[in-house]
Amino acid sequence: MTAAESRPALWPIPRLDQALEQGEITAIDLVNDCITRIDEWNETLNAFLFVDRQGALQSARESLDRRRAGRSLGPLDGIPFALKDNIVARGMPATCGSRILENFISPYDATLTARLKAAGAILLGKLNLDEFAMGSSNEHSAFGPARNPHDFARVPGGSSGGSCIAVASGMAPLAFGSETGGSVRLPASFCGVVGMKPSYGRISRSGLVAFGSSLDQIGPVARTVSGIALALRAVAGLDPDDATSHPAPVPDYFAALASTLPRMRVGVVKEFLGEGVDEHVRRTMEHALRTMESFGCELQEVSLPHAEYGVSAYYVVASAEASSNLARFDGVRYGYRAKDVATLEELYTKSRSEGFGDEVKRRIMIGTFALSAGYYDTYYGRAMRARGLIARDFADAFAKVDVLASPVSPTPAFRLGDRIDDPLAMYLTDAMTIPANLAGVPAISVPCPVAEGELPVGLHLQAPFLQEERLLRVAAAFEDAAGAAPFPKALAHAGETR
Amino acid sequence: MVTREQVVHVARLAKLSLNPQEVDRFAAQLGKILDYVEKLRELDGVETDELTHVAIVDTPLRADVPRPSLPREEVLSLAPRADRETILVPPVLEGGGEG
Repeated sequence: MTAAESRPALWPIPRLDQALEQGEITAIDLVNDCITRIDEWNETLNAFLFVDRQGALQSARESLDRRRAGRSLGPLDGIPFALKDNIVARGMPATCGSRILENFISPYDATLTARLKAAGAILLGKLNLDEFAMGSSNEHSAFGPARNPHDFARVPGGSSGGSCIAVASGMAPLAFGSETGGSVRLPASFCGVVGMKPSYGRISRSGLVAFGSSLDQIGPVARTVSGIALALRAVAGLDPDDATSHPAPVPDYFAALASTLPRMRVGVVKEFLGEGVDEHVRRTMEHALRTMESFGCELQEVSLPHAEYGVSAYYVVASAEASSNLARFDGVRYGYRAKDVATLEELYTKSRSEGFGDEVKRRIMIGTFALSAGYYDTYYGRAMRARGLIARDFADAFAKVDVLASPVSPTPAFRLGDRIDDPLAMYLTDAMTIPANLAGVPAISVPCPVAEGELPVGLHLQAPFLQEERLLRVAAAFEDAAGAAPFPKALAHAGETR
Repeated sequence: MVTREQVVHVARLAKLSLNPQEVDRFAAQLGKILDYVEKLRELDGVETDELTHVAIVDTPLRADVPRPSLPREEVLSLAPRADRETILVPPVLEGGGEG
C-alpha cells in the first residue's frame, strides 16, 4: 500500500467525508493520524508552531458522536485543519512568526475559524510563516525556518510555508494561509499541493492580522481541488465584521465540479514564459499546457504588458500599508514590551526595535519612506497608476480568454539561504503571482506531473473577479488529467528506513 | 541611492532605533529596492487611472446593533502591565511619575 492509501490524512477531503459518514474511519483515527505525522516530522519540517492535541481529540469525539447520531454538520464535520499563525483562534497563540506577539493568546475566533468550527472541522493548531507574512521562503520566521518536505535543504516557499508543508506531509488534510502577493500559491507550488487565492473580499479577513489591507486575502490549501472547493464553500461570503468582504452570493463550488467542463479558452501569459524561467519549470509547463489541450482547452497567447511593473508597485503599496498597519504594535496594549524604559516614546521605539525582525523593519521603512513628505507622488502615486494599468491588462486579457495559465514562479523551490541576504532577489520570486493580488482576481496553483525525484512545479491559473467556480472547474479538469500530487519522496523514504 | 541620514530619519518616523551597522545595512538594501522601484517612472505619460482599492463600490453599512465586547479582564490580561481597570505605561509627560 502506498503512503497516500494507508494514511487517511492524505486522502481527498470528499473521500474523508464519505469514510467518516460510513464509519470506515472515525474523526479520532483521523486526528491521531495527523498527530502521528506531526510527531514524526515536525521537528524536521518546523511547520507547526502550536499543536492543540487535547482540544483536537475532544472535538473529534464530539464529531464522532454527531456522525454516529446521523447529525453531521456537513462534509467538513470531523475534518482536521490548521491555521497560519496570523489567523486567530480563541485561546490559541497568534505569534505571526514574530517575537513581538510571542506570548499573545487570542481572545476571539477569526470569522474564518468560527465558520470552520461551525461546520464541524477540527482545529489542530497554528502554522509557521514568514514574520507577519512578509517573505517568500518562510526563512523570516522568528521561530526558525520551515523546510520543504520534498528536499529538506530547500525552502517550502512563503509566506504560508507551514500551511503547505502540513498538507503535503499529511499533518493535516486542510490548512489556510494568507496572501498579499502570492503567499499561498508560491508555497503550494514549491510543496506540491493545491493552494488558492480567492478574489479580494471573498473570504472575511476579520481575525487575519493585517499586512497590506488593499491586497490581503485568506486562501485554502488542500491535496485536491475538490478539497479547496468544499473549504471555500464553507468559509466564503459576506461578514458584517469585515467591510471589505464581498456581498456576492456564494455558489456551490463543490457541486460545480461534477458538471462537464465546456470548451475553455486559455490564455498563455507570454511574459511569464520568457527569459529567466528555469528549464525544469519551462518543460513542466509545456507538458501541462498540452495536458490542458487534451481535455479540450483552446490555447492562445495573451499579454499582460504591465505585469513587469507588478513587483515595483507591490513593494510600494504593500509596504506603505504595512507601515500603517504595524503601527499598532507599540508595546502598550498587548505583545512584547521592552524592559527598562523611562518614557512612553522610548517604550514604543525599544519595544518595536526588539520585537520586529529585519524583514519587517525593512518593509516598514520602505513604506514609511514612500509615504513621507515629498515622496508620495514619486512612489505611491506611481504605484497606484501601475496598479490601474495591471488591472486593465487583466480586463483586456479576459475579454479574449476564460482563464490565464502560467507558472507560479520562475524557479522551483530554492535552497535555504540562497536569497536571504538579497531582499530584492527574494521579492522577484513573486513576479508572477503579484499581479493577481494587485488586480484582486482569483488564482490557484495546481501541482503538475513531474518525474520521480524532481521538484514540484505548480500550474498557475487565474480567472476574472469572482469567477472562482470557473477557476476551480478548470483546475479540477487539469488535476483529473494530470493526476493528484505525489507524496513527498523524502518523507516516504525516510519513513522506510526507520 | 538612500543615505544614512535618510535611513535614520525614516527609522525615527517609524519608531525604530537602529545601531550604526543596521543603518549601513538598511541604507544599502533600501537603496537597491528603491532603485528597482524607479522602474515605475517608465509609466509616466501613460494614460491611466490610479487604482487604490479593488472591488469596493461603496462603503457598506451594517445595522447598528449593540453587541457584547470582549471581557475586560481577558483583554487586560494581554497587556504587558495593567491593573484591574487600566493598562499601565511610563509617564507621557517628562517629570511625571509612573502612571
